[in-house]
Amino acid sequence: MTFIGKRFALMIPMLLGITMISFLVMNLAPGEPIDVLTNLNPKATAEVRERLRSHYGLNQPLPVRYVNWLKRVVRLDLGYSFAQDNRLVWDKIRERIPITLTINALSLLLIIIVAIPIGIYSAVHQNSLMDRVLTIFVFIGFATPTFWLALLLMILFGVHLGWLPISGLESSQVTYAGFWLILGDRARHLLLPVLVSAFGGLAGLSRYMRSNMLEVIRQDYITTARAKGLKEIRVIGKHALRNALMPIITILGFSLPGLIGGSVIFETIFAIPGMGQMFYGAVMARDYPLIMGTLLIGASLTLVGNLLADISYALVDPRIRVGNND
Amino acid sequence: MLTIAISRNILSPPCFIQPGQKYLMSKKTASILLLFILSLILVACGQSPAHDDSQKAGKKGESEQNSLEQLLPAHGDTIVVGSIGDASNLIPLLASDAPSHQVAGLVYNGLVRYDKNLKMEGELAKSWEISNDGLTITFHLRHGVKWHDGVPFTADDVMFTYRLIIDPKTPTAYAGDFEQVKEAKVLDPYTFQVVYEKPFAPALASWGLSILPKHLLESQDITKSSLSRHPIGTGPYIFSQWKGGEKIELAANPDYFEGQPYINRYRYRIIPDSATMFLELKAGNLDWMGLTPIQYNRQTAGKKFKGKFNKYNYLSFSYTYLGYNLKNPLFQDRRVRQALSFAINKQELIDGILLGYGRVATGPYKPDTWFYHQPNKKYSYNPEKAKQLLREVGWQDRDGDGLLDRDGHPFIFTVMTNQGNTLRTQTAVIIQRRLEEIGIKMKIRIIEWSAFINEFIDKRKFEAVILGWTTGQDPDMYDIWHSSKTGPKELNFISYKNLEVDRLLEKGRHTFEREERQKYYDRFQEILAEEQPYTFLYVPESLPIIAARFHGIKPAPAGISYNFIKWYVPQTLQKYSQ
Repeated sequence: MTFIGKRFALMIPMLLGITMISFLVMNLAPGEPIDVLTNLNPKATAEVRERLRSHYGLNQPLPVRYVNWLKRVVRLDLGYSFAQDNRLVWDKIRERIPITLTINALSLLLIIIVAIPIGIYSAVHQNSLMDRVLTIFVFIGFATPTFWLALLLMILFGVHLGWLPISGLESSQVTYAGFWLILGDRARHLLLPVLVSAFGGLAGLSRYMRSNMLEVIRQDYITTARAKGLKEIRVIGKHALRNALMPIITILGFSLPGLIGGSVIFETIFAIPGMGQMFYGAVMARDYPLIMGTLLIGASLTLVGNLLADISYALVDPRIRVGNND
Repeated sequence: MLTIAISRNILSPPCFIQPGQKYLMSKKTASILLLFILSLILVACGQSPAHDDSQKAGKKGESEQNSLEQLLPAHGDTIVVGSIGDASNLIPLLASDAPSHQVAGLVYNGLVRYDKNLKMEGELAKSWEISNDGLTITFHLRHGVKWHDGVPFTADDVMFTYRLIIDPKTPTAYAGDFEQVKEAKVLDPYTFQVVYEKPFAPALASWGLSILPKHLLESQDITKSSLSRHPIGTGPYIFSQWKGGEKIELAANPDYFEGQPYINRYRYRIIPDSATMFLELKAGNLDWMGLTPIQYNRQTAGKKFKGKFNKYNYLSFSYTYLGYNLKNPLFQDRRVRQALSFAINKQELIDGILLGYGRVATGPYKPDTWFYHQPNKKYSYNPEKAKQLLREVGWQDRDGDGLLDRDGHPFIFTVMTNQGNTLRTQTAVIIQRRLEEIGIKMKIRIIEWSAFINEFIDKRKFEAVILGWTTGQDPDMYDIWHSSKTGPKELNFISYKNLEVDRLLEKGRHTFEREERQKYYDRFQEILAEEQPYTFLYVPESLPIIAARFHGIKPAPAGISYNFIKWYVPQTLQKYSQ
């Protein structure tokens, strides 16, 4: 348990460093939050601009602003957005996390379900025709631009066949329907986005699975298992798979922050109000509190993800437990 | 292997923007920002929803409509409008983006507005008087107008809105016009009076600002008011719901003082990608969107569209220009700027980039407004004349390298424009070729909007720019052309200075009488034509498409949406019941 405690303690300076650098870099970008209101706007006089600057506290020096921000964050207050809606940063983030999380979780699930069998098959039948076909398939997915594929699918299923909705999250009339209808409608809307985003992610995991598996099946104990006369399906399915799956834990740990990080282009194409669009908009508008809030959450999740991966490693594999290596 | 996984959607580290996708998106957002910013001038003085630009009727739309004209107006149905961006704040004085004003414009009213022919007419004010010295405006307000929550509207609300906008604590970009007010008075519950320091011609139009409910906003922080997300106004539509990034819905106000609008519901759908939006239109899920020239001309010609949609086209209140930094020695001689104007084929730009949906700009005003004047000096495409003018100034190709030179220096300059506006980039490329033909090398540099403004425009670190202005319904252009407006962050960033123009602009904004004003602005346009501080390029057209079931759309100089509450869908054609 001291291991976990130590790791936790290490996270704090790390997080502090991340926020400090983010804050600095963000402020180095040319422009200010008030630009959206005032740039090239004949109604915005110099006084108006000063007024706005002091309203947002932009007239204070950078270190002071950082410390102020930090003081609020310690009390779990992410502050108000500089966007024209003046909403709480937390409200804005909270509003968008569920949909991004749903799509990413479903897509991750789909990737796992499809990529792992592909990886195993490719490893077991290494260099076979099917291995090559699958490899080409996953790399096509990897290389296909999301927006292009999305548009093609929309034209086919949305416009020509009329089977699926094109964009958005719900049909106009469905607000007034019952729970199951709403759920069904939601599922129809999510189908294309989830498929498209999963298609692109197959390559990474399946190739990773394949190489792990290849490594494992060359080990002595697999030879032993085969020599014992075990059925091939048992050799692969039980003995090899278990060990080959271990590194996948790392990947799952890394994908934790990815779950709340949306892809801008993808959300834009499907008109999904997710985290990616929001963060991108915040950067373009130099909405400092919203940028910092999102980065903070992302950074925390990354650190927590790494920690979880380490812990589960330690749990699964006794060799990694602390103490053994020193 | 891991690196492969990382660069892809789901397994990615906490970078929220995927590398490589940045470029495409920032184009879009930059153009939205641009739209926001440029729409300020227009939006600040008008209540009408966007697309309120205007001109000649779309003949196509009208003729297809005639056969159905006998169908009677009826209440009901929903109009679904597509928008690239979400609204930000539905308290209009806190927002500067087009979507916010488009939606809020249906929920709130101003005291006055522009009618279909761009004349002022009363909205919440039934009449007004301007004193002979032009200093005092007295508004007589309508009786019996109620806020959507039932509370009566009075002059106190107007007073409250005025105080709010000039309050230094209110983060608004629109305080400028109201700082000219010396005194504001409530004479009785239905009479409101403002006194100005100096006669100020744009004053009346500035009272088109949305009047806010005092009883809901008094003694609270405006920036934290719930009205930002749930507006309560006096307008033709009542706010019903807003799903962030998805849609905003409004419902017809049965007690609206000009009568209940025919169309029952107004649904504003946010679809950030224009290709997706077009597919939604094609699938019949949208009723109204703005088209690009290529969509208008080619992609909406097929049978999917015939009979289902009407298209309209009219000149927009904007123009695109090539502006020269007049502090740069290269452009200080007027003849050089004239030569560049002769060397550019404007009609070719319109035909090539706008597919013909635009008009040649001769000056800063839209060709169909009362203040437009066709200058005597014209710049039709004439490369020979351009070369001759340049020779007069000493620019000649002496060393035979194809480039003009003077004192051993070749004529090379860089034009900058903002990322995300393909029309401008294409314009730059075509101009580049034309200038090359007369021996001038023009380099093109495209920069992200914010950096472009802050690092180059504001610091005057540019030689030439291609940009656009949205023009208002009032000819006042003091902020862009007066020589006092060349300071940092001010809009005369090309540093144009002409004393006669200064005088004309001052007189123009302090005169109410239209004929007299017109004289000043006619002369102003002549001077600009002669001096060519900008090469005025083109005025693009607005190209909206609307589902054919909507009737009563009558294009006018103000565009199409000025009579939105009178649009209707005949009973038999209604599509949505809820």
